[in-house]
Amino acid sequence: MKRRDVMKGGLVLLATTTLASIYKPAYSRTYVGGTGMWKAAPPPPLSVVDPTRLVYLTPQEARLVGAVFDILIPADELGMGATEAGCVTFLDHQLAGPYGSAAKDYRLGPVVEGLPQQGPQGIMTPAEMYRTGLAELEHAAHAEFNKSFLDLSEEQKITFLKGVEGGTISFDTLKSDQFFVLMLQNVREGYLADPMYGGNRDMVGWKLVGFPGAIYDYRDWIVSKRGKKIDVHPVSLLGRA
Amino acid sequence: MNYKRPKADVVIIGLGWSGSTMAEELTRAGLNVVAIERGAWRETSTSFPTTRDPDELSGSVRKEILQAPVTETYTVRNKVGQTALPLRKYHNLTLGNNVGGAGTHWAGASWRWLPFDHQPHTHVMQRYGAGQLVDGLILQDWGVTYDDLEPFYDRFEKIAGTSGTAGVINGQRQPGGNPFEGSRSGPFPTPALERSRANVLFTQAATRLGYNPFPVPSAMIGAPYTNALGLNLAPCTYCGYCQLYGCGNWSKSSPNICILPVLMQRTNFTLVTECEVLRINTTPDKKMATGVTFIDSDGNTGEQPADIVITATFTLDNTRLMLLSGISTPYDVASGQGVVGRAFTFQTLSWAFMFFENEYMNPFMNTGALATQIDDFNGDNFDHTGLGFIGGAGIQSLSNQGLPIGMAGLLPKGSPQWGKGWKQAFQRGYQNYAQIQGQGTSFAHREQFLDLDPTYKDRYGRPLLRITFDYNENDRRSGRFIRDRCVEIAREMGATEVGGDSFADRPYSGYTPWDSSHVQGGVTMGEDPRTSVQNRYQQNWDIPNLFVIGASSFPNNAGYNPTVVVGATTLWTAKAIIDQYIRNPGPLVRL
Ligand SMILES: Cc1cc2nc3c(=O)[nH]c(=O)nc-3n(C[C@H](O)[C@H](O)[C@H](O)COP(=O)(O)OP(=O)(O)OC[C@H]3O[C@@H](n4cnc5c(N)ncnc54)[C@H](O)[C@@H]3O)c2cc1C
Ligand code: SF4
Repeated sequence: MKRRDVMKGGLVLLATTTLASIYKPAYSRTYVGGTGMWKAAPPPPLSVVDPTRLVYLTPQEARLVGAVFDILIPADELGMGATEAGCVTFLDHQLAGPYGSAAKDYRLGPVVEGLPQQGPQGIMTPAEMYRTGLAELEHAAHAEFNKSFLDLSEEQKITFLKGVEGGTISFDTLKSDQFFVLMLQNVREGYLADPMYGGNRDMVGWKLVGFPGAIYDYRDWIVSKRGKKIDVHPVSLLGRA
Repeated sequence: MNYKRPKADVVIIGLGWSGSTMAEELTRAGLNVVAIERGAWRETSTSFPTTRDPDELSGSVRKEILQAPVTETYTVRNKVGQTALPLRKYHNLTLGNNVGGAGTHWAGASWRWLPFDHQPHTHVMQRYGAGQLVDGLILQDWGVTYDDLEPFYDRFEKIAGTSGTAGVINGQRQPGGNPFEGSRSGPFPTPALERSRANVLFTQAATRLGYNPFPVPSAMIGAPYTNALGLNLAPCTYCGYCQLYGCGNWSKSSPNICILPVLMQRTNFTLVTECEVLRINTTPDKKMATGVTFIDSDGNTGEQPADIVITATFTLDNTRLMLLSGISTPYDVASGQGVVGRAFTFQTLSWAFMFFENEYMNPFMNTGALATQIDDFNGDNFDHTGLGFIGGAGIQSLSNQGLPIGMAGLLPKGSPQWGKGWKQAFQRGYQNYAQIQGQGTSFAHREQFLDLDPTYKDRYGRPLLRITFDYNENDRRSGRFIRDRCVEIAREMGATEVGGDSFADRPYSGYTPWDSSHVQGGVTMGEDPRTSVQNRYQQNWDIPNLFVIGASSFPNNAGYNPTVVVGATTLWTAKAIIDQYIRNPGPLVRL
């Protein structure tokens, strides 16, 4: 029976004798006390993102977003830049998964623009925002400089992105400042999440700030290293798997 | 297909802290209990294995452990006349979605509330009179006092293994504890944890200013401990993946480690998972509850008949279930009459955010509730004469975050948020950042309430719950007062840069970073059926076999987190059911 039918039926027609024990829905479970210890489903196995091929972005989109990311987190004496650190690979895989399709969001209508404190009301998914936003960004770069964003000088790129961030360079189909916020959030995620997601190569982001990664027991240090520098090579989940 | 399950003595909706605490008591007393939970089964050693560390992206960033908005969300507006709109993305209410509820991923600050918080009306009237209240404020006693609850607070702490340093035992002040706390019958089950660098600086500064700092009691187990149900808990390792994560170390008190392993052994207990209760059923005259109707993961509906119905789905869903089931009178803001959805409160947060020079805060060594607090400005611990508000806040140095994605935007003032300048600022800021939280009281107001949304529906086509809330004048005044105290202490700590904030100065939003998840009220307990839904035993005034338990019962919020109070009031109600109701079913309070 479909959910809609249940609703239409008004939930009144109950078969009175059928026991749950002879009916087994897909996920719902009945656990009767005292019959054993039940194992839950373990978390999904660790898997490493494959950086050799794109799974959502087109090659052109990947180049473009990489150029933006390298302005947001550039290579310098503090460490490699975003693209080298794998942030585009990270993003590509995120967009192909449940995050990209906004699988957890409430997306029913009506869609109405609200007050700022009511939060984002748009129902465009992150994957759709990149598809549209990157095209818009390139379009705006052409309008401004008559060139692809890829061919701008570093200074021009910075000035241009400040315009996108502030909303002075606006897009037609989505808000440029919101797209900027999304890109900034995602590039930071890629630079700072566990390397198994495709970014943070060699734990460059963690080394930047001295985050030790997946260390599980600090009891020896909580007092002895209080207020002191901790020099330790960070650990990733992969290193421990 | 629709089906009916065999009748139970008791059906419990939701299996978080309140549902599992209740189930343990009632099954031990021999009752046949069925619990129905929307989320999936979680078992600590499989679901949160210590062989597999958590990671920030799937945890606090993608929030995989939480109730997703697609499952159920809420609409919000600040006041009547505005159109409420849904919280479409993960928001601050961060509810649980598994067996264990939010108790699996909570932060673990484990407070008994002050005697004042249970009887605010009596206290305020005696000390100041009605002139102290801003227009529209709702203030009422709970019908149960701190002294009534003390044995139940004690019992719940012994289930949870709470760590802390006692401040008052049998009326005697104890060194190092909170001198303002209600008198305890004994010490905490386990000792307080070690302090962070920021906590130490805070303690020194607060002491110099003449205040009384003490370690915040917490769910992070302080030493190996066998709890009241015979379960072994292990000391916390300060791993720093705490709030928004399950603890695989058996170190963070949760229903999953403190209750469920015992409960699941009882043959008179049945748990039905991944089924959402749609409504509470009643007799046509609405004099008795007959059970509940739920929907399973295939979209089939089932009925669970029971002699007693207990709703334990937390504040928002408890209120929504009452409204969807048409039980008791909904609150009407125009007339001020009606009770369901009335006296809804939130939490008034104030902050000092600060940066030091050349520190090593090592923020990654933390727990969800590694905090040192002063209560000198909480509740009615100070004289409010002339201040124009009641209440205050627990002011605490809180070391609960060190994960880098979450801290990437926490930079000294004027720092760029991207580019080379961001990298430099983040590198410096990460080790030099600290924060003081003023976790403030929130008192109910005539214009703050819950009802059903006229427009937006859930995945089954049923109205979402609508939150109409904004900070009231009492919140704004207390928030600013507390913010200024936070800033003073931050300066005394030696920070080179200090910023203050009082959230109540802006309209309420479900997305304010660093905001609380503590919503309370809506199905309040009390002394008068005109202003409460249930009596002092959390028993419905109209339907004696219906008990709605949890923070929905509290008509005001304190300058603390709520869970230990949820636990204590649940145990208090369980005892009333076992000792009184079962023997003589009917109203436990007669007017
Ligand atoms: C991130 C976070 C941090 C927190 N930190 C603290 C803290 O430091 N200290 C503190 O004291 N408190 C804290 N809290 C609050 C604390 O988690 C709650 O007070 C406590 O968990 C409430 O327990 P409960 O059993 O009443 O509700 P919940 O734990 O919310 O359990 C309710 C259960 O009901 C289920 N449910 C809901 N609707 C239905 C339905 N229709 N049918 C079937 N099942 C349903 C849910 O899936 C859930 O499992 C925190 C909360 C959060 C979210
Ligand atoms: S900080 Fe302690 S209680 Fe929290 S998850 Fe880690 S070990 Fe468990």
